[in-house]
Amino acid sequence: MALAFLKRLRIPIAIGALLALNFVFKNYVNPYVTQIVCMIGINIIMATSLSLINGHTGQFSIGHAGFMAVGAYTSAAITVYGHNAVLSAFHFLPAELVQDIFFILAVMAGGLAASFAGLFVGIPALRLRGDYLAIATLGFGEIIRVVILNLDVIGGARGFGDIPEYANFFWIYLFALLTVVLISRMVYSVRGSAFLTIREDEIAAESIGIPTARYKTIAFCVGSFFAGIGGGLFAHLFTYLHTNSFTFLRSIEFVVMVVLGGMGSITGAILAAVVLTILPEALRAASEWRMVVYSLLLISMMLLRPQGLFGLKEWNPFNKAKKCS
Amino acid sequence: MTEFLQQLVNGLEWGSIYALIALGYTMVYGVLRLINFAHGDVYMIGAMVSYYAARKLAAASISMGGLQFPILLALSMIACAALGALIERVAYRPLRKAPRLSVLITAIGVSLLLEYGGQLLFGADPKFFPELIPNAPLFTFDGVTINRIQCLILAISLLLMLVLRFVVMKTKVGKAMRAVSFSHTASQFVGIDVDRVITVTFLIGSSLAGAAGVLVALANPKIDPLMGIMPGLKAFVAAVLGGIGSIPGALLGGYLMGLAETFVVAYISSTYRDALAFVLLIAILLLRPSGLLGKAIKEKV
Amino acid sequence: MKTLSRFFCLLTLILSATACQKSENVLLIGEYGSLTGGTATFGQSSHKGTQLALDEINAQGGLLGKKVKIITEDDQSRPEEAKTAVLKLIKQNGVISVLGEVASSRSLAAAPECQKAKIPMVSPASTNPKVTEVGDYIFRACFVDTFQGEAMAKFAFNTLHAKKVAVLKDIKNDYSVGLDEFFEKTFKDLGGEIVGVESYSEGDIEFRAQLTSLRSKTPDAVYVPGYYTEVGLIARQARELGITVPLLGGDGWDSAKTLEIGGKAVNDCYFTNHYASDDPSPTVQGFIAKFKKKYGETPDAMAVLGYDSAGILFDAIKRAGSGDPAKIRDALATTKDFPGVSGNITMDENRNAKKRIVVLKIENGAVTFSEAMNP
Repeated sequence: MALAFLKRLRIPIAIGALLALNFVFKNYVNPYVTQIVCMIGINIIMATSLSLINGHTGQFSIGHAGFMAVGAYTSAAITVYGHNAVLSAFHFLPAELVQDIFFILAVMAGGLAASFAGLFVGIPALRLRGDYLAIATLGFGEIIRVVILNLDVIGGARGFGDIPEYANFFWIYLFALLTVVLISRMVYSVRGSAFLTIREDEIAAESIGIPTARYKTIAFCVGSFFAGIGGGLFAHLFTYLHTNSFTFLRSIEFVVMVVLGGMGSITGAILAAVVLTILPEALRAASEWRMVVYSLLLISMMLLRPQGLFGLKEWNPFNKAKKCS
Repeated sequence: MTEFLQQLVNGLEWGSIYALIALGYTMVYGVLRLINFAHGDVYMIGAMVSYYAARKLAAASISMGGLQFPILLALSMIACAALGALIERVAYRPLRKAPRLSVLITAIGVSLLLEYGGQLLFGADPKFFPELIPNAPLFTFDGVTINRIQCLILAISLLLMLVLRFVVMKTKVGKAMRAVSFSHTASQFVGIDVDRVITVTFLIGSSLAGAAGVLVALANPKIDPLMGIMPGLKAFVAAVLGGIGSIPGALLGGYLMGLAETFVVAYISSTYRDALAFVLLIAILLLRPSGLLGKAIKEKV
Repeated sequence: MKTLSRFFCLLTLILSATACQKSENVLLIGEYGSLTGGTATFGQSSHKGTQLALDEINAQGGLLGKKVKIITEDDQSRPEEAKTAVLKLIKQNGVISVLGEVASSRSLAAAPECQKAKIPMVSPASTNPKVTEVGDYIFRACFVDTFQGEAMAKFAFNTLHAKKVAVLKDIKNDYSVGLDEFFEKTFKDLGGEIVGVESYSEGDIEFRAQLTSLRSKTPDAVYVPGYYTEVGLIARQARELGITVPLLGGDGWDSAKTLEIGGKAVNDCYFTNHYASDDPSPTVQGFIAKFKKKYGETPDAMAVLGYDSAGILFDAIKRAGSGDPAKIRDALATTKDFPGVSGNITMDENRNAKKRIVVLKIENGAVTFSEAMNP
C-alpha cells in the first residue's frame, strides 16, 4: 500500500532528493569532488545516448563527440550572446528564475541542434552498414570539428569562453535522470523492440514489416539530441569550450563506456560511465599510461568478454521488461 | 600554368604514398572484410624503425654509402610485415567468427595502442629523420621543380605496385589470396590454408605501409608517434574511393586522393584539407558505395 | 535506482575522505600542463624548465625555510582537463600558487578557477591577451601576441624593407592566429601589403600546396607564426619550391628542432624571441649549461619560460615573506627587473611581463642576435 503511494510521488521525491544532494555538494563537499561527480553525470548522459544508437539499434557510431560539440556550442552561443537581452526583457521576473529557464531552454536548443546534426548524419547512414557506417560517423565528427574551428563567432581556434556557469549537480543529474528514463522507456516499450530487432538482423526486420529506415533515423536523432544536452551541460560546467575537447578520442571514450557496460544494457553503460570517469582521476599519477590502458582494455575486452559487463541484460528490475534479447 | 603543374607534381607525390597505404587496406579488406584501423600506425612504425636504425648506424659509425637507404627501407618493410602479422595473429584471428563490430573495436584498440604506446616508447616530441639522400631538384622546367626525392617516391611506389601486381596475378600465393577474397569456405574446400593466406596478406600489406612510412620520412623529415592517423584515414578513403577489395582501385583511389587534396588546398582552402577526405568518403559511400572500380555486391539473404 | 544512489553515497564518502593534506614544512605549488596528448611536447618542455628551477631553489635551502614541492598534473592537452586539474590542485592538494599553462586555450579554461579561489596563477607561455584579463590573480611570464606580432611587423617593414608579405599560419592554434592578426594589422598600418594568407593545421607535414600558391604572389618575405614542430618542414618545402625570400616567425620557432629539421632551409630567416641563446650573459649561458647537464638536450622556448615562470613565482614568495596567496599575488604584481633567462622581467599593470623582445637571425646553422626592441 505504502509502496504504491510512494510510487505515485516518485517525481517529487526524485526532485527533492536531487535538490537535497545539490545542497550538500555545494556546501559541504570539496569542489574538486563535486566537479568529478558532475562529470560523471554528463558521461552518463553521453553513454546512455550512445547506447541507444550503438547498443540497442546496432548502428556503429563513433562520432558521438561531434553531436556533443554541436549541443555545447549552440547552447553556449545562446547563453553568451542572449544573456543580456533576455535578462533585460524579463526584468520584472526574479533574475534567478529567468536564468534557470533560459538555461534549460538553451540546453534544449543545443539538444535540438544536435538532433538536426543527427538527422543529417542518420539519413545518409541509412545506406551504410557496419564498418562503413563507423567511418562515416567518424568523418562527420571530424567535419563538425573543422567547421567549428573556422567559425570565429564561436571562437574558432581561440576557443569560446566566458560561458556562465549555470550547470550544477541538480541540473546535470536531473537531465541525466530524464535521459535514462526516457531512453529506457523508448527501448523497453513494445514499439521499442523494433530497435533490438534491427540490431539483430536488419533484413529480417525489414521483411517482417518494420520500417528500419524510420527507426534507425529515430535512434540517431534521439541519441544525438541527448548528446547535445550533455554537450550543453558540459559547456556550462566548464565555462570554456575548445574543439580539442571533442576529438575522435573523446568519441572513443564513449564507445568504450558502451562496450564495457555491454552493448544493449543501459545500466551497464551508466556503471561504465561512472567507472571510466573516476578511474582516470584516481590514476592521475600514471596519466601517460591512460590511453595505453584504455586501448588494452578495449582489445582484451573484445578478446575475452565481448559482451561487456552486463551483456544484454539490465541490472536492476526497475522497469517492466527486464531482459529483452 | 606553372602553379598548376607544380601542384600536379605535389599531388602525385602524395598520391603514391596514399596508394601504397591504401593497398594494404584493400588487401586486408579483401580477405577479411575488416577495416584495419591500425594500418596507418604501422606506417608510423615503419618511419620510426628506420629512424632508430639510421641512428644506430650513425652511432656505430657504419657507413654504407649509397646502400644505406635501400637497406633501411628493406629493414622497415620487414619489421612492419612482422608487426602486421603479429597483430593479425594476436588481435584479429581469435575474433574471426565474432561479429564485425567486435573486430572493428579491436582494430581501433590496436591503433590507439600503437599511437599512445609509441608516445610512451619513442617520446611525444617530433624527431628529425636524417637526410639519407640529399633532396636536390632533379628537373626544373618553366618554374616547376621536381626533386630527387619526389622522383624516388614515385619510382619506388610504382615498382612496389608492379611487384604486388605480379605476385597477386602470377603466383600461387596471389591466386590463393584472390580465392580467399572471394570466399573463405570455398577456398577451404579446395585445400587452401586460409589462415596462412591471411597472414601473408598482412605481411605484404604491412610491408607496403612500412615502405610508405620511410619514403614520407625521407621527403618530410619530421616524424612523431601520431603521424599515422591522418594519412591512415585518408588512405582508407582512397581505398574506398577506388573500390575496396580492388587492387587497381586502391591505386586509382590513392592518386585521386592525393591530387584532390592538393588542388583543394591550393585553390579552395587549406583549412578544409582534412575534412575533404571525409566529405569525399561520405559522397562516395552515398553515390557509389562499391567505389569507382569495385563491383556492386548484392547481399544475399 | 536504490543501488545506484547507495553507490553514489559510497563514492562521495570515499572521495571526500581523500581530503586536503596540508604539510606544515613544505610549500605546495601546483603545476598543470599537457604532459600527454597532441601537444605533449610543449607541456613536457615547460615541465623540464620548471623542474630545474625547483631543484635549484631546494638546493639553496628552499623558500622561507621550507622545502618547495611542485605537484604536477597532466591535462592531456584538453581544456576541460586543465580546469579539473587546477581544481584538484587548489581544492584537494591545497596549493598556494599555480604554474601553467603553455597553451592559451587551456590557460583560459583554468584561470577562472584560480581567480575564483584567489590563488595566483603564472602562465609561462600563453600569449592570448584574454588570459590575464580573467582577473588580478592571473599573471604571465611572456609577452602578449599584440607586442610580438607588432614587433615583427616593424622589423619586416623597417629593417628588412619588405613591402609585400605573405602569411602561412596555423589555423588550429590560437597562438598562431593571434600573432598573425596583430602582425597583419601593424604591417598594413605601416604601409605594407599582405599579398596572400594561407593556413595549415598543427600536425600537418605537407605544405607545398599552400606554399606554391603563395609563391605565385611573389612576396618579399613570408610570415610563419607557427610552432617549431611544423616550421622546419615548412622552410624545407619552401626552399624546395624555390621560395628564396626570408621566412619570419615568432617565439614558437625557438627550439633546436627548428635547426635540426630545417637544416639549411632556415638560413636567412628571422624570428622574434624572448632571449638570444648566444647572449653571453651568465644567466643565459648558465641556464643552458645546467639544462644540458640535467636533461642532455638544449632548452627550447617553453623550457626557458617554464623556468622563468617558476623563478618569478619563487621570487615573489620570497619577497612576500609568507605563503599567503594574497600576499604572493601582491608581490607578483610588483615584480620589477627580475633577472630571468628570457630577459629582465617587470610586471606591467595588466600582469603581463614587460621585457624586451629580440629578433634573431638564423644563418649558417646558428641562431644569432639581430635586433632588440623594447616595449
